[in-house]
Amino acid sequence: MKQFVIKEFLHIFRDVRSMVILFGMPLVQVLLFGYAITNEVKDVKVSVIDQSYDYASQAVVNKLFASGYFLKGEHISSTSEIEESFRKGENKMVVVIGPDFAGKLETGQQPSIQLIADASDPNTANLLVSYASGIINAYSRELIPAANIPVIVPESRMLYNPSLRSVYMFVPGIITILLMLVSAMMTSISIAREKELGTMEVLLVSPLKPFQIVAGKVMPYVLLSFINAGSILILSYYIFNVPINGSLLLLLGETILFILLALSLGIFISTISNNQQTAMMLSMFALMLPTILLSGFIFPIENMPAVLQWFSLIMPPRWFITIIKSIMLKGSGIEYFWKETLILAGMTLVFILASIKKFKIRLA
Amino acid sequence: MGNNEYVIEAENLVKKFGSFVANDNLTFKVEKGEIFGFLGANGAGKTTAIRILCGLLLPTSGKITVAGQNVYTQTEAIKKQIGYMSQRFSLYEDLTINENFRFYGGIYGMSRIKIKEKTAEMLDRLGIESLKNSIVASLPLGIRQKLSFSVAIMHSPQIVFLDEPTGGVDPITRRQFWELIYEAAAKGITVFVTTHYMDEAEYCNRVSIMVDGRIEALDTPRNLKDKFQAKNMDEVFLKLARKAG
Amino acid sequence: MTDISVYGEGLVKNYGKTEALRGISFSVNKGEIFGFIGPDGAGKTTLFRILTTLLLPDAGDASVEGFHVVKDFRHLRTILGYMPGRFSLYQDLTVEENLKFFAGIFKADISKNYHLIKEIYDQIAPFAKRRAGKLSGGMKQKLALSCALIHKPEVLILDEPTTGVDAVSRREFWEMLIRLKSQGITILVSTPYMDEAILCDRVALMQHGSIMASGTPDEIMSSYPHRLFKISTDRTLELLSLIRKMNGIHSAEMFGSDIHLSVADAETGIEEVGEYLRNYGFTAEKPEEAKPGIEDCFIDFMKLNQTG
Repeated sequence: MKQFVIKEFLHIFRDVRSMVILFGMPLVQVLLFGYAITNEVKDVKVSVIDQSYDYASQAVVNKLFASGYFLKGEHISSTSEIEESFRKGENKMVVVIGPDFAGKLETGQQPSIQLIADASDPNTANLLVSYASGIINAYSRELIPAANIPVIVPESRMLYNPSLRSVYMFVPGIITILLMLVSAMMTSISIAREKELGTMEVLLVSPLKPFQIVAGKVMPYVLLSFINAGSILILSYYIFNVPINGSLLLLLGETILFILLALSLGIFISTISNNQQTAMMLSMFALMLPTILLSGFIFPIENMPAVLQWFSLIMPPRWFITIIKSIMLKGSGIEYFWKETLILAGMTLVFILASIKKFKIRLA
Repeated sequence: MGNNEYVIEAENLVKKFGSFVANDNLTFKVEKGEIFGFLGANGAGKTTAIRILCGLLLPTSGKITVAGQNVYTQTEAIKKQIGYMSQRFSLYEDLTINENFRFYGGIYGMSRIKIKEKTAEMLDRLGIESLKNSIVASLPLGIRQKLSFSVAIMHSPQIVFLDEPTGGVDPITRRQFWELIYEAAAKGITVFVTTHYMDEAEYCNRVSIMVDGRIEALDTPRNLKDKFQAKNMDEVFLKLARKAG
Repeated sequence: MTDISVYGEGLVKNYGKTEALRGISFSVNKGEIFGFIGPDGAGKTTLFRILTTLLLPDAGDASVEGFHVVKDFRHLRTILGYMPGRFSLYQDLTVEENLKFFAGIFKADISKNYHLIKEIYDQIAPFAKRRAGKLSGGMKQKLALSCALIHKPEVLILDEPTTGVDAVSRREFWEMLIRLKSQGITILVSTPYMDEAILCDRVALMQHGSIMASGTPDEIMSSYPHRLFKISTDRTLELLSLIRKMNGIHSAEMFGSDIHLSVADAETGIEEVGEYLRNYGFTAEKPEEAKPGIEDCFIDFMKLNQTG
């Protein structure tokens, strides 16, 4: 058993490709997503339709453009021109200040202020809106310092992509993808490789039990996946200030559960594929694409056709993303996602049982 | 034979990879219509030499012509004049016999009519016209092997290179295969065979034996056996290789 | 105790419509080298996979050292040494790491069993730190054999160990097998090369999933039913087609630049064949009496099976 694990580590460390996938990917993915997204908000063209044009509304406008994030874009005078200017790329966001802004503020009413963003690039749009909201809220606190609730509540609308996710959403997504990749794909490929090269024959003829073969193959990947998830968390926490609002222990626990699930999936895939290529294809189509497309990582589940929504229910990543989002971003405890946790645990059990049943003590 | 028309001429062929000398001053000539065995242990430099002769690899130095063409400058012309068959890659198993012939004929720019003619001729020779629409994977190994050879010579190349052509086939099929080779040679196609199975060497007109990048012996099997006082080529080879090791 | 080590009776195995084994029976004595000789597709690998507990036979029984290949597979796996057709080494591990790994999975002590592999392993020991993938074919073969032996198996099963290996390494490999035999290990080996048959104590000639003949190489060769002549020639093809037309000829086949011809009746002798050839202008070719080899026998059995 010890020899087996040693051997497995040697395989991984000697293969440049696996090393790149294992250690390069997390770094590259986090940095790519992180920088591509955060650094874009600078000097973005924004236009204001000020229907009040009073001292208060002008003050808001001045605050916005003094922030350094926004530049005055093409002037538009009515809301009907918004779409046109988005399409031409002249503006990325339009701030619409309703009539009688100052008057409403003075009388304690909620003044109307709308942020309309071009969400064809959802991440930028989201950032723009949250920055603008932040500036407006700061101004409102300046006006009435006593009030805890913001007086001005900007109403934001995302054109082209109404349900938008935050930058932070990518971190849970990346962790999920990488765990799937490392755990499921790499284990399935490494087991399939033994079959392809004929070494599996020798292993089977040895006194090793199937359980030992599988455990020996899987153990290094548990460790590496865990290190991977950890490094992504550290990277995103320190470089991009992605918060971990909930319990770190709980987060790591759930991560281990998901790693086990991914590994059992990987083993299952390897039991039904005879060479590396099949294992690779199966992992790609059965794991990676659904993870990316159906888990809600990129496309919101609520917007999918009903059939795909149903389909997404059996996607393990969907549940895991929900869980880590809750822990990291909302800071919730297990009481809020015990159901999801149970589902993941159940799936793990099913795949482990299926793999044990399918793993042959003989050839074909 | 005997009219001294050479289709392969190598003079002081040298190929180095860095400081490693894979081919050390090879000099040999192969006559038109000759069956030339190219023997050597694993790593003796056979593969390198063949790649050079096929125009896949440039030699470091030496004067080499294949089918009258210079291997430094006329590799494209060489490729048109040679055929190649190896144990590993020969026919597309998921295509039918006909489709394989059409594909290979097409590669060498043969006309549709010519391909049809050649296919019919070769299948007739093998006595398997009825199988022309069968998927290759469904055919017995022996037939596949003979088909690969037929495909390799369908464009009437001047030289055909065979890389361990009869490994693992039964003794009857192997003889049928060698009869095909003899027939091709009689038609003027030069056959260049590499193998490390010495009984294969016994079928060749002349063999060269490579040891550590050099040609240590080159003669007819009979002369070699006399010279080394050996019962068979296996012994000749062992004597040569062990002397070197 | 019986001195039979490996035993098979009526073994049948089909893959879909393909009949890989059509009822094979044989027995291998303890401490002998038993060769299964036959071309690719004869069923050698399938047979070995059944014996190594990797496949279940569709019908028939087999046992190794008294243990049934299906019922006692767990125990069998501890006493078998197996080298599959492709060299089943980890190419990215070094020589030493491979050996350690295989010793590890069999819970074997390398130093305790080192004497078994000493002679073989000593030759590759200088390359202990080299990756298996970078070894020459002959060295890979030695390493694979060392790995298969390190747990001191009682029976060694080698599937086409010499395929793709050069003549020198092949010779050395057989010398190693003969030394191992002297240590009391029973060895089953398969090969498509007829000339390796004479190196075995006993052989089975296989074709299309059946055993055509078995016995010691001498028994098989002396059972050859025809008189055999050998003719050396430079005009192989012409001579071959000429001889095949002659009356009283059973068969004529190429053996390198020689032709082996077997005669069908007692009336056709060297004189008659010689005269026939001279009549057609072949004056240099002289038939001489020849002793049949395993390959002559194999061809004869194949023809017998085709017609019968």
